[in-house]
Amino acid sequence: MKEIVCKLLVIGAGPGGYICAIRAGQLGVDTVIVEMTKAGGTCLNVGCIPSKALIHAAEEFDKVRHMASHNALGITVEAPKLDLAQTIRWKDGIVGRLNSGVLGLLRKAKVKIVHGRARFRDGKTVEVETETGTQVIRAETVVIATGSEPVALPSLPFGGAVLSSTEALSLASVPKTLAVVGGGYIGLELGTAFAKMGAQVTVVEAMAQILPQYDADLVKPVAKRLNDLGVRVMTGAKAKGYAGEALEIETSSGKGERIAADKVLVTVGRKPRTEGWGLEELDLDRVGRFIRIDERCRTSMRGVYAIGDVTGEPMLAHRAMAQGEMVAEIVAGRKRTWDKRAIPAVCFTDPEIVTAGLSPDEARAQGYEVRVGLFPFNANGRAMTTQSEDGFVRAVARADTNLVLGLQAVGAGVSELSSSFSLALEMGARLEDIAGTIHAHPTRSEGLQEAALKALGHALHI
Amino acid sequence: MGEFVIKMPDVGEGVAEAELVEWHVKPGDPVREDMVLAAVMTDKATVEIPSPVDGVVLWLGADIGDIVAVKAPLLRIAVAGEGEAAVEEVLPAATEPLAKAEPVVSKPVEAKPVAEAKVVEPEKPVGRPAVREPVERPLASPAVRLRAQEAGVDLRQVSATGPAGRITHDDLDQFVARGAQPVAVPAGLARKTTTEDIKITGLRRRIAEKMRLASARIPHITYVEEVDVTDLEDLRATMNAGRKPDQPKLTILPFLMRALVKTLGEQPGVNATFDDDAGVVTRYSAVHIGIATQTPSGLMVPVVRHAEARSIWDSAAELTRLSDAARNGTAAREELSGSTITITSLGALGGIVTTPIINHPEVAIVGVNKILTRPVWDGTQFIPRKIMNLSSSFDHRIVDGWDAAVFVQRIKALIETPALIFIEG
Repeated sequence: MKEIVCKLLVIGAGPGGYICAIRAGQLGVDTVIVEMTKAGGTCLNVGCIPSKALIHAAEEFDKVRHMASHNALGITVEAPKLDLAQTIRWKDGIVGRLNSGVLGLLRKAKVKIVHGRARFRDGKTVEVETETGTQVIRAETVVIATGSEPVALPSLPFGGAVLSSTEALSLASVPKTLAVVGGGYIGLELGTAFAKMGAQVTVVEAMAQILPQYDADLVKPVAKRLNDLGVRVMTGAKAKGYAGEALEIETSSGKGERIAADKVLVTVGRKPRTEGWGLEELDLDRVGRFIRIDERCRTSMRGVYAIGDVTGEPMLAHRAMAQGEMVAEIVAGRKRTWDKRAIPAVCFTDPEIVTAGLSPDEARAQGYEVRVGLFPFNANGRAMTTQSEDGFVRAVARADTNLVLGLQAVGAGVSELSSSFSLALEMGARLEDIAGTIHAHPTRSEGLQEAALKALGHALHI
Repeated sequence: MGEFVIKMPDVGEGVAEAELVEWHVKPGDPVREDMVLAAVMTDKATVEIPSPVDGVVLWLGADIGDIVAVKAPLLRIAVAGEGEAAVEEVLPAATEPLAKAEPVVSKPVEAKPVAEAKVVEPEKPVGRPAVREPVERPLASPAVRLRAQEAGVDLRQVSATGPAGRITHDDLDQFVARGAQPVAVPAGLARKTTTEDIKITGLRRRIAEKMRLASARIPHITYVEEVDVTDLEDLRATMNAGRKPDQPKLTILPFLMRALVKTLGEQPGVNATFDDDAGVVTRYSAVHIGIATQTPSGLMVPVVRHAEARSIWDSAAELTRLSDAARNGTAAREELSGSTITITSLGALGGIVTTPIINHPEVAIVGVNKILTRPVWDGTQFIPRKIMNLSSSFDHRIVDGWDAAVFVQRIKALIETPALIFIEG
C-alpha cells in the first residue's frame, strides 16, 4: 500500500484525538487520524454518553414507578415495565448519531481517517493494520491519544458474569442481583441506574468511604439516596472472587461473606492504554504508568505529543479535548502553553456532584486562610418545586482577597453549574463578583450566588 | 548584613552545565523568598531559579547566554542578620572574589558589592514588577492569558491593577507598550532578554534537514587551491565584447562548468552519488551540475542538465534561465534535483576560502571564491595577476585526498590556460 506522508498524525479518535485533528485541519495542517474501533473513543462509545443515556432511562423509569403508588403530585399510573433491550437500542442510536457526527466533522476539516490498529515503527513512522493490508504513515509530528481502559482485578477477571463498564452498558436485561466492586463514580453511576431499573445492588468499596476523592459533605446526600434506593453499601470490604453466582468478599471486620450476584460489575479504576502499539519502541519517559508530558503536552521525544487519559489524571474527556486543541495550535505554529486554572469534574450519581478548583481542605492544605459559604438547596424555591431538596452549593475563597479558589455542589441537575464554576475560576472572580451577578429566579443557580453571599457574611435566604 | 550565595543548581539529567537564559532581577533589586530570580536552560528543559531568602541582590554572576557550570555561583544576595541558616551555600560575608568559579562563567569579577546599606523593603516594590507568591499562577482571564502567550509576555512580570491582583487587558497593554519603548532604562548598554521562537518550516526546514544529513553522514575533506584567472578574464572580456545580441553575458561559471565536464571525463569517480545505506556508488556518464543559488526564501540548487552536451553559450543561457526560475519560485521539481556534482559561488561575496558542504548524496562540490588582483613574482619582478581560490569539498569515504588534489589541479590547469578548455580530446 502506498505510504502516507503527512504533517500531523493523531493516534486515537477519542475526544482528545478527534478535537486535535479537527482543530489542526481547521488551521490547514495536513492531518491523518487513526482509529482502531469507532470514532469518539471511550467517552462516546462506552463511557460518558452511553452511561448518561442509561442513567436517564433509569431515572425516568424510577420516577414513573414511584407514581404507581400514592404520591404528593396526585398522579396515577399503572405499574410500568422496562424493556432494557429497547433502551439499549435507543442508546445505540444516539451513539451511532454521534459516531457519524464526529466522522463528518473530521471530513469537513479535511482530516484523513485511517481505520485500523496503529503500531509505532519509530517516532515518525506508524504502521496501521487495516482491513486491506498494512498502511505505513510517516508524519512530522505524532500525537498519542490512545486513551485508557478498565482495570481488572486478578481475583475477578472480566468475562462471563464479571463485567467491565463496557459490557454493563449493553446488557439485554436487568440483572436481578448486581454486585458493584469499586465505589468510585463509574460504579456508583451505573449501580444507581441498575438499582432504579429494579436490580438488587450491593456496592463493595475497599476504602472507608464511597467516592473517596470527594469530601464527606459532598458524598453524604449520595449515600443517603443509595440507602433510599435499597442499595447496600459495604465500605472497607475486599472482593475475593466469584463463584456459584455469588461474590465472595472480606468485610471490614475481616469476616468472609457471600453476596448473591447474577452479575458483578468491576469498576476499580482505569489504566492508560500504553501497550500493544509500540510504545516500547519509543521508550518515552513515564510517570508511573502514564506518559510523561510537559506544559505543552510534549513527551520526552521530539515531535511526539501525548494527550488525554494516557497522560494521567484527571482522566476526563474535556481535559483531553482542551489538550488536543492546544496541541493542534502548537503544531500549526502558535504559541500555547497549558495554563488552565480549573478542570471541572462531574459525578452523575443521584444527586449529582460537581467540583471545580480547591475544596476547603485542599485550600487549607495549600496554606490559604479561607472563607467558605454553603447554601443548602432546601432553602431554594426551585429545588422545592422539583422535589429534590438534597444537597448544597459551596464556595471557597481566600480570606484576604475573597478570590474564589473552588466551587462545589451536590444536588439534582447541578452538573449544569459546572460552566459557571469554571468560568468564575478562569476569570479570577472574587466572591463579590459572583454575589454581584444577578442569578435568575427561580433556579438552582441562585444557590451559587447565595453561597458567595454566605461566605461574605450576608446570605439573604438563610 | 550577611550574604547568601546562590549557586547553579543541579538541574538533573546528568547535565554538568546550563545556559543562563533569563534574569528577573538586577543588582540592587529587593527580592523575596521564592521569587523567581533567573531561568537556566539545559538542552532538555528550562528551569526557574527561585530565591530561598529575602534580601537585596548584590551581584549577578553571569550574562544571559553564558554557560554556567553546576554549583558555580550565580548570584549573591545581602540578607538581614548573619545569613546563618544558609548552611553550605552561604559563603562568609567577605569571601574572596569568585575567581575560582569555573572558567565557563564568563565575567566573574564584576562583583561590585552594591551599597550594603539599602534597607530590604520588599513590601514596597514601587515601579517594580508585582511580586507574587510563586505557588500561584498569575491571576488573569483566559483572554488576557492568551494575548500574553502570543505576545511572549510572562504575566508574572506584569503589575496588576485589578481586584485581588488580577491582571487586566489594560495592564497587559501598558506592559507591552513599555517594553516597546523602555522608559526608565538609563542611558548606556542594557540587557535584552526577549527571544523570538521561529518555527522552521518549508524550504528552511528542508535545507536544515539536508545539511544535517550531509554533515552527519559525509566526512568532508576540503581542498583549497589558488587559480590564476588573468587569461580567463581576458578571454571572457573578449567573448563578452563580441557576443551576438541573443547570447547571454558570460560569467566565470560557464567556463568552470566546461572545465568540470572535461575533468570529470578523466575522473568519473568524482561525478557520482553515494548511496551509503546500500553501499553503492553510482557513476554518471552525464554531467548534471547543481548550481547553489540564493533565493528570497533560502538556498536552492537548480540543476543544469547534461552540461557535457552544452556549449559555453548554451551553458550560460541555461544557468541564467534556471537561477531566475529558482529565484522567482517557478523552477520545476525536476529542475531542482538530479545533480551529480555541485558548484557554489557567492560572486563578489565569495571570500577567500569556504568550506562547502556536499550536496548529499553527491561526492564533490566546487566552491568559487572571489577574484583578487595580487602581485605575483614572475622570476624577475612583481606583476599584477587576477587570482581566485577554488575551495572544493569531497566525500572522503569515496574520494581519496590524492584524487581530490589531482581533480582540482586539472581544473586549475584548464582555467589558467583557457584555450585547453575548448580543445577537443
